[in-house]
Amino acid sequence: MSVHASPSLTFESPEQGPDSQRRCVAVCMGTGCSSSESALVRERLREALVEQGLDAEVEVRRTGCFGFCEQGPITVVYPEEVFYTRVKPRDAQKIVEEHIVGGRPVEKLLYKDPLREQPVQKWHEIGFYGKQKRILLGNCGVIDPENIDHYIAKAGYQALEKCLTQLEPTDVIEEVTKSGLRGRGGGGFPTGVKWGLARKTPRWPKYVICNADEGDPGAFMDRSLLEGDPHSVIEGMIIAAYAIGAEYGYIYVRAEYPLAVRRLRIALEQARERGFLGENIFNSGFSFDLQIKEGAGAFVCGEETALMNSIMGERGQPWPRPPYPAVSGLWDQPSNVNNVKSYAYAPAIIRNGADWFKQIGTPKSPGTAVFALTGMVNRTGLIEVPMGITLREIIFDIGGGIPHGKQFKAVQTGGPLGGCLPEEYLDVPIDFDSLQAAGSVMGSGGMVIADESTCMVEFARFFLKFACEESCGKCPPCRIGSLRMLEILTRITEGEGRLEDLDELKRLSKGLQRGSLCGLGQLAPSPVLSVLRHFEDEFRAHIVDKACPARKCKALITYEVVAELCTGCMVCGRNCAANAITGEKLQPHVIDPELCERCGLCYEVCNFDAIVIKSPR
Amino acid sequence: MINLTINGESITAPEGATILEVARMAGIEIPTLCHHPDLSNVGACRMCVVSVQGARALQTACTTPAADGMVVDTMSEDAVETRKFVLEMLLTDHPNECMTCEVNGDCELQDLVYDYGVKWPEHNGQRHQWEINPDPNPFIFIDRNKCILCSRCIRACNEIQNRDVWNFAYRGFQTKLVAGADQFMLDAGCESCGQCVAYCPVGALYDKMSIGLGRVNQITKVRTTCSYCGVGCNFDLNVRDGRIIRVTSAADAPVNGMALCVKGRYGYDYVHHPDRLTRPLVRAKWLGREAVEERIAAGEWAIFDEAKQRLTHRRPPNDAQTPIPNTQYPNTQYPNTQDLNTQLPPDTFIATDWDTALDVVANKFAETKKKFGGDAFALLASAKCTNEENFIFNKFTRQMLATHSIDHCARL
Ligand SMILES: Cc1cc2nc3c(=O)[nH]c(=O)nc-3n(C[C@H](O)[C@H](O)[C@H](O)COP(=O)(O)O)c2cc1C
Ligand code: SF4
Ligand code: SF4
Ligand code: FES
Repeated sequence: MSVHASPSLTFESPEQGPDSQRRCVAVCMGTGCSSSESALVRERLREALVEQGLDAEVEVRRTGCFGFCEQGPITVVYPEEVFYTRVKPRDAQKIVEEHIVGGRPVEKLLYKDPLREQPVQKWHEIGFYGKQKRILLGNCGVIDPENIDHYIAKAGYQALEKCLTQLEPTDVIEEVTKSGLRGRGGGGFPTGVKWGLARKTPRWPKYVICNADEGDPGAFMDRSLLEGDPHSVIEGMIIAAYAIGAEYGYIYVRAEYPLAVRRLRIALEQARERGFLGENIFNSGFSFDLQIKEGAGAFVCGEETALMNSIMGERGQPWPRPPYPAVSGLWDQPSNVNNVKSYAYAPAIIRNGADWFKQIGTPKSPGTAVFALTGMVNRTGLIEVPMGITLREIIFDIGGGIPHGKQFKAVQTGGPLGGCLPEEYLDVPIDFDSLQAAGSVMGSGGMVIADESTCMVEFARFFLKFACEESCGKCPPCRIGSLRMLEILTRITEGEGRLEDLDELKRLSKGLQRGSLCGLGQLAPSPVLSVLRHFEDEFRAHIVDKACPARKCKALITYEVVAELCTGCMVCGRNCAANAITGEKLQPHVIDPELCERCGLCYEVCNFDAIVIKSPR
Repeated sequence: MINLTINGESITAPEGATILEVARMAGIEIPTLCHHPDLSNVGACRMCVVSVQGARALQTACTTPAADGMVVDTMSEDAVETRKFVLEMLLTDHPNECMTCEVNGDCELQDLVYDYGVKWPEHNGQRHQWEINPDPNPFIFIDRNKCILCSRCIRACNEIQNRDVWNFAYRGFQTKLVAGADQFMLDAGCESCGQCVAYCPVGALYDKMSIGLGRVNQITKVRTTCSYCGVGCNFDLNVRDGRIIRVTSAADAPVNGMALCVKGRYGYDYVHHPDRLTRPLVRAKWLGREAVEERIAAGEWAIFDEAKQRLTHRRPPNDAQTPIPNTQYPNTQYPNTQDLNTQLPPDTFIATDWDTALDVVANKFAETKKKFGGDAFALLASAKCTNEENFIFNKFTRQMLATHSIDHCARL
C-alpha cells in the first residue's frame, strides 16, 4: 500500500452515502444482534430485494449497535427511520414486500412499548431514545463501520485535517482543555490537561494508548463504539498524537471483543490506504501509526499502568504512580492513556469548537455520558445522555421503570468499583462530582438497577466477589483483605453473621482504601460501604433476625405450602428433585424443610400461588 | 540538591533519590518488605507508606521520588495503621510456625510484626496449604505457605543473575510464586545459585542442605573469600560447633555483594568431607625406605591407605569388601591392606608434612631443569588460584623454570 501524501476528504459517491435520501435498510451488525442472526437477516433482505429487482435502488447497510440490544436484531428503514425489532431472517421477505414495495410498515415488527398501547413506528419516538443525546453514538446505526467513505461523509477526518493544517499542537491542547472534556475511563481527569502533561515531557518517542479493555461486567459502551464507529476513535488518537508529539500508538482491546478487533483492523487498513495513518499525513510532516494489542481479559488490565505492563509483555500488574504515564509510561517513555470515548470526543470538539461541547451537559462535566443500563428495568441497553440528567429520568423515562410493577430499590453506578444509591438520590444530576458527593461514582458507565426483590447484602457480595477474583495479587491489602471481606459477607448471607461483622467490614474497608496500590483495591470496598450506608437494616436483618428481607439468601428462607390455596394437584411434588414434597392427591401438600434445597422450582410451577417463600420477620 | 522535610527535620538530598533513600541517608527508618537496595522497586508490599503533604493518598516511600519542598511524615496515623493492617493481612495467610522455622530471628516479617505490635489474627477463613518442599532442586527448599509475594526472589533472579526463573502465576489470593511455567526449578533454567534464597525476607525459600542444622542465634558468621576461583567473592560461613552449616551472602562484600554462584554458596561440603586430603601425599619411592620407616615409627608420617579410604567412604557399608574395579588404569594394583606392614611398594602414598613435600618437588624441579633445560616443563594454573597467585605462578614459570609452556585450566 502506498501512502497518499494528501488524503481526499471528498466523498466519492454521495448518492450512496449515509446522508442520501435513497432508500436503505440498515441492519444492526453489532455483537448483540449478530449473535441473533442479523447477518442472515441481511442476506435474506438482499435476496428479497434481488427477487423484486430492487437491489440496485435499495441499499442494505451493515451498521453498528443501536443500543437497544434486548430487542435485536434491529433493522431500520431509511429515510423514514422505521424501527423494526426482533427481526427474524424469515421476516426479510415481508419487510421488502410490504414496506419497501407496498409502502406499509410491517406492524408486527414494530416496537411494542410495555407502557404504551400503540406500537411505535419511528426510531426517535421510542421512549428509550427520547431523552438520549447521541454525540459519540451518533454514527452508530447510521453508517457502515466497515466503509471509511461513510465516516468521511459524516465529516470524518475533517478535524484531523484542521489540526494538521491549521492548528499548532498547543492550540489543539488548548481547545480540548477549554472544552472541559473529562476522561471517560472513570477518573474524570481533564483530557486536555493530560495531553499537556505528556507534551511537556521532553523525551521521545512518546506513545498514545487507547484503553479499550472495558472490564466491567455487563458494560459494552466501548465495544459498541469500536464496532459502530471505529474511525472516530482512530481520528481522536491521531489528533492526540499530534497534540502531544507521539509517533506511535496502541489500542488495547480485550480479545473477547473479536468483532471490535475485526472492525478496527479494517478501519486501520482503510485509514492507512487513505493516508490518514502513515508518513507525512496531510503533507504536514507529521507521521503516525498505531497497532492493536489484544488483552487477555483481566479486569485489572484496564488500570492504565497494568495495561502498559501488559502491552510490554509483562504480567498485568499496576505500578505505583508517580511516575505517571505522561512522564514515564510504556517502555519508560512519556505516554498518554485515554479511554475509547475520551478519544472519540476529540474530533467533534475540534470540528465544532470547545464552546459547542461546553453547552452540552453541566459546567463541570460537559458533554454526554454513555451507560449500559441493565438489571431490573423495563428497557435495557446502551444509552447516551447529556450530563446533568437525573437518575430518575434514566431509569423511568429511558428505562421505562421497573418491570412487573415492582418497587425500585437501588441503582449501582460505576461498575464493580462503584456504589449504589437508593430512592432518595434519584434526583441527583448525573455528573462526575454530584455522583461522587452522593457516595457513588460515574465510573466508566455501568448502571445496574435493583428492585425490591434484590437482596442488597448479596448485591454487595456479588460486586466484592468480582473485585476479589480480579485482584492482581500484587499488594496484600487487596489480595488478602478483599478475601477476608468476602468471607464475612458470605458468612452473613449464610446466616452466620455477627453484629461485630459490620464494624469489621468497615475496618477492613478502610485498610483496603488506604493501603492498596491501585484503584481496584482502593475502590473494591465501595459497593459494600454504600450498601452498609443505605441499607444497614438489611444487614442487621440477616445478622440479628437471621432473615433475608428480599427472601433471596437460601440459608435464610423456607418454602412453604399455604394449605388453603393448595389444590393437591401434585405438580410441585413431581418437579421437586429433592423429593421434599409430600401429600395425597387433592390434599394439601407439605414441604420438608430438611430435605428442601431451596431451588425454587415448586414456587415456579405452582399454578395456584400456593407456595410462599418465608423468611423470619 | 533538593530540600525537604521529613518528620519535621529539614534534609538536603541529591536529586532523583526516593523518599526512602533520603530518609535512610538521614537515619530515619521506614519499614520495608519488598524493597531491597540491590533491586528495582515495585511498591508491592505497602509497608513503606508515608504521608506526603498535599498528596491524595499515602505514598510508597520506596517508589516516590523525593521532591523539593516536600513535607513527609513517616509515622502519621494513617501510615502506621496501614502498616499494621498489611502485617495483619499477611499473618492471616501465614503459618504460625516461628518456633520451628529455619529463619526464626532472621525474618523481616517477624521483626516488623513484633515492632508494630501486631497480634496473631485468629480466623476460620481460607489459608494456603501448599505442599512443603515440592521441588527436587538439590539445594533450594520452598515453602510457599510462608511466601509473602514480595517478588524479591523474582527480581534477584532476573536482575542480578539474569536467569529469569521465577515469576508469579494466577491472580488474587491464588497468586503463586512459580518457576517457569509452574515447573520444577531446574526445568525452568535454574542454575542453583541460591540468589533467590539470599533475598527472601522470610522463610519461604531456604537452603536445603542447612535445614535443621542451626538458626541465626546459634551460629557464628565467619567472613571468608571463596576458594573456587579468582574473582574473590566474599561470604559468611555460618559455623556451629566448629562445623560449617551454611553459607550466607554478605551485603558488604566488596567484589560480589550478595551475589554468589552455585559453587560458592553450596560447594562447601568438601570442608568436612571424609575424602578430603588434609596432608600432602608423597610416594614412598621419592622419600626413601629408611626415612619412611623412621618417621612412621616416630608417628609423624603415615601410610595413606587409598584403597581402604575408597572402600570405606564411597561404597555402601555392606559392600565394603568388594574391591573397586579400576577401569581407568587397569594395571595399577591397590596394595593389599594386610601386607602393608611387611612390604612397601614404591608407589605407596605417604602422608607427610609440607616441608618434606615441597622439598621433594623443589629438588625434582632443580634436577630436571639441570638435566633437560626449562623446555622440559609445562605448567597448568588452577582456576582456584587468586590473581596474585597466578601472577606468582607466571613469574615462577618464566623466570625460575625458564619455559613459556604455561596455561590455565579455564582454557581446557
Ligand atoms: C481496576 C481498574 C480498571 C479500570 N478499567 C478501565 C477500563 O476498562 N477502561 C478505561 O478506559 N479505564 C479503566 N480504568 C481507568 C484507567 O486506569 C485510566 O484512568 C483511564 O483509562 C484513563 O482514561 P481517561 O482519562 O480517558 O478516563 C480502570 C482503572 C482501574 C483502577
Ligand atoms: S490493589 Fe489489587 S489489583 Fe491493585 S495492585 Fe494491589 S492487588 Fe493488584
Ligand atoms: S519466596 Fe520469598 S522472596 Fe520470593 S516472593 Fe516469596 S517471600 Fe518474596
Ligand atoms: S517496601 Fe515500598 S512497597 Fe514494599
